Amino acid sequence: MTAVEVSRVTKSYADKLAVDDLSFSVNQGEIFGLIGPNGAGKTTTIRMMMDIIKPDSGNVTIFGEKLGEATKDKLGYLPEERGLYKKLRVLDSIVYLASLKGMERHTAAEKARQLLDHTGMLPHQGKKIDELSRGMAQIIQFIVTIIHDPRLVVLDEPFAGLDPVNTELMINNVHDLKDQGKAVILSTHQMNQVEELCDRILMINKGRSVLYGDLAEIKSKYQNNAIVLNYQGEPGEIPGVTEKHPHRDYVELILDGTTTPQQVLEYLIGRGITVNRFEIATPPLHDIFLDVVGKSRE
Amino acid sequence: MNKTSLIFRHEFLHTIRRVGFIIMTLIVPILALLGIGIFHLVNEIVTPPEVEKEIIGYVDQSGGFDGYTVQGKINLVRYDTPELATTALLDKTVTEYIVIPPDYLSTGVIDRYTLEKQVDTPPPKAAAIRNFLTSNILFGKVPDEISILVQSPPRIMVTRLTETGEVATEQGGYGNLLVPGIFSFLLAFSIIFSASYMLTGLVEEKENRLIEVLLSSVSTRQLITGKVLGLGAAGLVQVAVWLISLPLLLNLASSTFGGFFSGIQLPGNFIVLGLVYFILGYLFFVVVAAGIGAISTNTQEGNQLVTTMTMPVFIPFWFGSLLFMFPNSPIWTALSIIPVTAPVTTLLRMGVSGVPVWELAVSIIVLVLSILGAMYVTIRVLRTYLLMYGKRPALKEVIRNLRNS
Repeated sequence: MTAVEVSRVTKSYADKLAVDDLSFSVNQGEIFGLIGPNGAGKTTTIRMMMDIIKPDSGNVTIFGEKLGEATKDKLGYLPEERGLYKKLRVLDSIVYLASLKGMERHTAAEKARQLLDHTGMLPHQGKKIDELSRGMAQIIQFIVTIIHDPRLVVLDEPFAGLDPVNTELMINNVHDLKDQGKAVILSTHQMNQVEELCDRILMINKGRSVLYGDLAEIKSKYQNNAIVLNYQGEPGEIPGVTEKHPHRDYVELILDGTTTPQQVLEYLIGRGITVNRFEIATPPLHDIFLDVVGKSRE
Repeated sequence: MNKTSLIFRHEFLHTIRRVGFIIMTLIVPILALLGIGIFHLVNEIVTPPEVEKEIIGYVDQSGGFDGYTVQGKINLVRYDTPELATTALLDKTVTEYIVIPPDYLSTGVIDRYTLEKQVDTPPPKAAAIRNFLTSNILFGKVPDEISILVQSPPRIMVTRLTETGEVATEQGGYGNLLVPGIFSFLLAFSIIFSASYMLTGLVEEKENRLIEVLLSSVSTRQLITGKVLGLGAAGLVQVAVWLISLPLLLNLASSTFGGFFSGIQLPGNFIVLGLVYFILGYLFFVVVAAGIGAISTNTQEGNQLVTTMTMPVFIPFWFGSLLFMFPNSPIWTALSIIPVTAPVTTLLRMGVSGVPVWELAVSIIVLVLSILGAMYVTIRVLRTYLLMYGKRPALKEVIRNLRNS
């Protein structure tokens, strides 16, 4: 089922066009990466999906429904800039914000204690938010995002400012959400996290879609006909290889336009070379990002 | 519970737990109680000190001013020449002296000499000198009781009649002004505090970026309505505490101070109209403060703007003395209709001269329409600027965006 359908959405502020005729969809049970450089229009797009701001034109539907008060309860939103009442106690903060998502107060309190216990934060339930460390506050913010069991979760830069332990905890949380069949939209600058977590991505730049689709397909489309190789022996001059880039524990071979990786492998085996590692190189998403954004700036 | 009610509940509880709110609510009755208590205590344990006798010299160049030289605590001592009187003044035998010139009976002018710098002759001395002069002038010409009557200004006892000629139940005077005066003063402060709470709360939510979480759960209209009603309810609690403590304090004050306080009256319909103006004034300023909060980037900047906006609440107090002198001036009608001054002006006027029914009706209608208009504009401003951080937009830009939206 389609969780989010964004159709030909445009939004401008004063004289600046923030989002320009943008269309995409997010399916239930997938992790969808929303990426792009700073100022590309990611946050504006998210805010329109959250019904925080209205698009100038175009439509957004959530689980087939037009945005409205009813759809807000189906959404969980972790904003890029975290925000909680600093002087309010942890449990009270969670219960109040959960009640605004349609939960009964006593149910919210019970669920909050469960989640606090699950994340090891139960001993801090009586503390005020400004008494917590940044990492702890982020965990509370994540609990606020998911406590009402939303069907769509939007995480804007969820790993920003987290230490490795909390980053791992957050990654596990994102996997859990997917396992529960929720649609997760992940907006981040950390391309390695996108590669690790996302099924599909949308890259936007200057408010427009520049890359959209299945992550594996996109990466294969951008592969540059190269091989990653670790071997023992002396292969000599390999036919069809135009460039050789040695790295610490592997060599990257760039092939000419006509030679296939299979031909290279056959040649190496024919020469009696011991092949420890042989894989078709795909460019990291980081390189694709730089390439696409760079081209659109030219 | 719907979401507006949830925000209402949160804002109400959050506000009444604020230290500033608790102090503001309790300080009025506590200070009044303290004042009454201290007065009572001082009255019980302290006897007024004996006032020292004072000697004033006089030089009678007109003739005939020989008697009545003892005027209460002031004794008048005769000197033959101004030079002798000056010497007595310089060696502190007298504190000051007067010269009654030969033509006093035709001009009515006397000269007074003193070592002290004064704005005017102190009233007790002026009364003593006046009584000394009139008593001597009238001596032997009229009976003593007439002389005493001349010296005492008449006490004018006012009785207000109704249009049918009966004695009105509401007599006016200072006793009638006291409660509306205090109430409107507290209303002005309460408005300023509430506007500040609204602004601080909203800007903090903006600064904390909590506003995005809130707006992903509720609409702008629900957020603002809940906040305004929550603060309004907290304001009503404040008024309730003051109103409940008022009769008790007035009773205590009457038994302690007597006289003036026992003559205190509440103008007719004051409680109803006081509540109406309190709620409307409150709503108007709090809604406008929300709009200012939306375009402000920090609490300090927002509070400066809110202070500028709430200053006109005090205009009726600045010109309060003119209200006593010219209670029927059209300026007061205008101030009763302009929304920023209407609540305080109307309540004050109720204590001074009363407000015609048509003015009350126009004033309330204009205030209600202004609140609705302010709500409409504020929600639009909030939608546009609540999520904009950084530089505060110029007024021109806000107006242009409002037109475009």
